[in-house]
Amino acid sequence: MDKMPAWADAVLVPLISILLAALISALVILAIGHNPVEAFSIMVKESLTSSRGIGNTLYYTTNFIFTGLAVAVAFHARMFNIGGEGQVLLGGLGVALVCLYVPWPHWTLALVGATVAAGVFGAAWALIPAYLQAKRGSHIVITTIMFNFIAAAVLNYVLVNMLRPRGAMEPASGPFPEPTHLPTFQEMFSTADTVLFRSAPVNVSFFLAVLACFAVWLLIWRTRLGYQIRAFGHSESAARYAGISPVRITVIAMLISGGLAGMMALNATMGEAERLVLNASEGAGFIGIAVALMGRSHPFGIFMAALLFGFLYQGGLELAFWTGIPQQLITVIQALVILFTGALDNMVRMPLEKLFLALRKGKA
Amino acid sequence: MTDTPAIELKGISKSFGPVQANKDISIRVMPGTIHGIIGENGAGKSTLMSILYGFYKADSGEIFINGRQTQIPDSQAAIAAGIGMVFQHFKLVQNFTVLENVILGAEDGGLLKPSLAKARGVLQHLAQEYELNVDPDAMIEDLSVGHQQRVEILKALYREAEILILDEPTGVLTPAEADHLFRILEGLKREGKTIILITHKLREIMEITDTVSVMRRGEMTATVKTAETSPEELAELMVGRKVLLRVDKTPAKPGKSVLEVENLRHTDSAGVERLKGISLKVQAGEILGIAGVSGNGQSELLQVLGGMKTATGTVRVNGEEIDLTGRYSDGQSRRARGISHVPEDRQHEGLIMPYTAWENVAFGYHHDPKYQKNAILMDNAAIKRDAEGKIERFDVRPPNANLAARNFSGGNQQKIVLAREIERNPDILLVGQPTRGVDIGAIEFIHQQIVALRDQGKAILLVSVELDEILSLSDRVAVMFDGQIMGERLPSETNQTELGLLMAGVTQMPDKDKPLIHVVDEQLDAQKEREAKRHGHS
Repeated sequence: MDKMPAWADAVLVPLISILLAALISALVILAIGHNPVEAFSIMVKESLTSSRGIGNTLYYTTNFIFTGLAVAVAFHARMFNIGGEGQVLLGGLGVALVCLYVPWPHWTLALVGATVAAGVFGAAWALIPAYLQAKRGSHIVITTIMFNFIAAAVLNYVLVNMLRPRGAMEPASGPFPEPTHLPTFQEMFSTADTVLFRSAPVNVSFFLAVLACFAVWLLIWRTRLGYQIRAFGHSESAARYAGISPVRITVIAMLISGGLAGMMALNATMGEAERLVLNASEGAGFIGIAVALMGRSHPFGIFMAALLFGFLYQGGLELAFWTGIPQQLITVIQALVILFTGALDNMVRMPLEKLFLALRKGKA
Repeated sequence: MTDTPAIELKGISKSFGPVQANKDISIRVMPGTIHGIIGENGAGKSTLMSILYGFYKADSGEIFINGRQTQIPDSQAAIAAGIGMVFQHFKLVQNFTVLENVILGAEDGGLLKPSLAKARGVLQHLAQEYELNVDPDAMIEDLSVGHQQRVEILKALYREAEILILDEPTGVLTPAEADHLFRILEGLKREGKTIILITHKLREIMEITDTVSVMRRGEMTATVKTAETSPEELAELMVGRKVLLRVDKTPAKPGKSVLEVENLRHTDSAGVERLKGISLKVQAGEILGIAGVSGNGQSELLQVLGGMKTATGTVRVNGEEIDLTGRYSDGQSRRARGISHVPEDRQHEGLIMPYTAWENVAFGYHHDPKYQKNAILMDNAAIKRDAEGKIERFDVRPPNANLAARNFSGGNQQKIVLAREIERNPDILLVGQPTRGVDIGAIEFIHQQIVALRDQGKAILLVSVELDEILSLSDRVAVMFDGQIMGERLPSETNQTELGLLMAGVTQMPDKDKPLIHVVDEQLDAQKEREAKRHGHS
């Protein structure tokens, strides 16, 4: 018998974790001499109450959905892909090459081409660690984190020596041509009288992220491949018994994971920057781990967690802007959320399980 | 004999969440007796003993040791009260010597030398008194399982235990080793020690105990004098209904040879050769039983035939050779050749424990076209329908296809695996430990299903460490020892003693006046020596 109802597991546990994180954050803000209530209301006001704020929040959310899904797919095969950063960077390279060197007639076609390129480049970057894990037993945590550094170095080299326009001082590619620019929410939803999502970077790739959530859900719970990935993730010996090749599943799951991570570049590189910059990943590769943990590797949970982290990101930036609270504190708050939802999960879960058992016993 | 019980438990209750593992249990164990506790898996035997040994705290109830009420909050208190426990899975440090293990946790001071010297003296004395001979300077990892168990008993006796609890002690022993263990226990009983023997084997209860208590679903259903009961009665008390202890089957009508294995060899990843040239044949309509103490290559044999491990040699199915190393050596291609496999370890191989029953019904057959909706999606509804049918036909309880496999009892998990494999209508069924961890009621059903499949003219290869099971199910018995087949016998023309010797690698019947256990000991020691030498060279 399960220890507590599914809704408690999916909603109550993360909710309490977030509240605890908020409580500690409030104490920290109090300790440095600011008003936590005020700080919190600024965060909410600037990220959730205006269409501009929402647009910014959703922009970050889009990034986190892609990287969160990437981590989740690998999780289902019991692999810890912490190479999201590197895969995002390589995905960005793919996007940049396709946008810069292919004469696209229209953004829709460019988006399709860039999606393929981002996926292929991200997947390719995950392929090497996957192969090493499957065939040589090199631990994927070690190899993927190493590949983050290699990716950063590769990107640096490519930007400085190959993509940088002649005479430019900055290690960045030239701007992508006009037909590859993705429509932003401002362009899509504003009318003549009212401008919505003013100057917010959120763009059409948000819908792609939502689509990716649905696709991953289908993949994991409705396809034979997902069935095999989950089976392998639960028990390698059982997978062997069933004739599911560990090598094949390891490689395929990591390819999908890397591909999803790479697709984050559609939002950040193609949608927002419209050129390839050095720090194209914005740390979202690592945030994806927290998002996947908090979302229990379920696409819906990941969507919700990505919203939360989007809010924290946007709210945090505004907080630093409007108050004297230093930017570093925002990182502390984010870290607290990660700590409580990820690492300290059992601290909340176990008392809750006991509570539910006691309740059930009381009824029986 | 006095009237004060060595152990008296009064009204012990213990629950884990919603599961009541022990319900108001009262029991009196008289000193100087061997008291058996028998019950199915999950009946609460181990929980009760864990309470007695201080691992769990009872929710309510009292413990009296020698008439005095005693609190046992931890195992130190249990030892102080004179209780010793021999666990099913030994708690020994593998790279310590016997002596070092014996004094571990019972050292007299900071320096080891005096403790070791004292222990050596005590061990010598115990060895003479109770036939508990073990080389005090041997490393645990070099000892046979039987000897390791003796070390566990020595550990308890060194701590001056007056009450000895043994949890399923014969599961890993050859019959000769088990006989020897029982002689040791008889000796301990003569010296006035009290012994509690937990087991699920009726034969052992009948053979050695004075009194037996039966547990069912957390309750103590009966305590009877062993001399005044019968295996049939005990089985009925355990299960709550009449149980057929013998397998009803007609003589086999073997047909053509379906599975032919020649010179099969397998070396594991550590470089140890686990299968050393196995040759065997299984015909249609017969059950070939592989007997042996666990760890002698039977698991590897099943895994190689089931496509989980690679090997050299020849395996023919219906006359056609199958691939043992290459692309077509995996579970999928074996299934395609008509081999179904009920693996030894259903929790780590046969089932995905977090998967629902219906998801598990497709496991291994997830490529079957009837489970696919289209090129991309699986037809979950079709799998569910199939699962519901299987659950009904194999009487899986509770009949709920949406329940995760881990929430079924061992017997019902096994029924799910059996239903999946048998209903594929295979030419060959590989079955490993079909009734391990399975309750008596389900054992009967599982045996019937296997025999029924045989009667449909299928070839069945049965691996089991339960000699009773091998003898009652098989039409022929092959005995494995150290990766080899020591010999083949017909169940009607052999007995436990002969098979037991083969299981220890003894092929020649020994002299009448030499005790069997010594022959077995010599053989096992020789094998250990050979292995040690081989490791030395590599």
